[in-house]
Amino acid sequence: MVIATLCGMGFGTSMMLKLYIDDILKAEGIKAETNPWDLGSFKGNKVDIVVAPVDMESHLRDYPAKIILINNLVDKEEIKTKVLQAVRELS
Amino acid sequence: MKLDELLIPDAIQAKLDLSTIDQTIQKAGELLVAAGAVEQRYIQGMKNTLKMVGPYFVIAPGIALLHARPEDGVIKSSLALVTLKRPIPFGHSTNDPVDLVFALAATDKNSHVEALAELAGYLSEEEFLQLLRGSGDTSSLKESIHFYIGKRK
Repeated sequence: MVIATLCGMGFGTSMMLKLYIDDILKAEGIKAETNPWDLGSFKGNKVDIVVAPVDMESHLRDYPAKIILINNLVDKEEIKTKVLQAVRELS
Repeated sequence: MKLDELLIPDAIQAKLDLSTIDQTIQKAGELLVAAGAVEQRYIQGMKNTLKMVGPYFVIAPGIALLHARPEDGVIKSSLALVTLKRPIPFGHSTNDPVDLVFALAATDKNSHVEALAELAGYLSEEEFLQLLRGSGDTSSLKESIHFYIGKRK
């Protein structure tokens, strides 16, 4: 399973999200590859799940992956709940 | 790199009386310029980022993390913090208005990540947020942050 974390530049928010998600997956014993991307170079990549800040929603409409939007990017519970739900739906 | 290396004490200012996003980016950027962390053009870089990708960098309720690209004139990886006297709407769908503004400069994709993760951890703690918002002047804000970070070591 491949998870993409997104932000505008690919090294701030997306990197933070990746670290959180890696921790969550490790704790749950779930194997997945998590890659941070910036919005510009991301399009066209084949991934299973995209995790992005909520205000990127308009850029991700119709993207062929499960899209998860995060309101509060420092809220580990929100990220955990949404990511694990998506992972379970796909596995 | 740890958070106390990334966050420059001289680039911390409390309770500034600003009223627009543009002023806020300008002020936070000037702190990074004055600290020798970025070239002047980095400020425009942050403003352009906002225009390009929208207000997604309001990462949590009331908290913005501004930045541009390494090639927009970053000299050394650094972080500035400005707290606002009056919260300003950044146009975010759920996290407006903003009163805590961090401005990040990063030389590459990785060097600052450890410090950023550390910051994100603190920002998820209500006690830390109260301390940032409750500090009425710059010197008490600096002291409180220093104390809070030091306590965790």
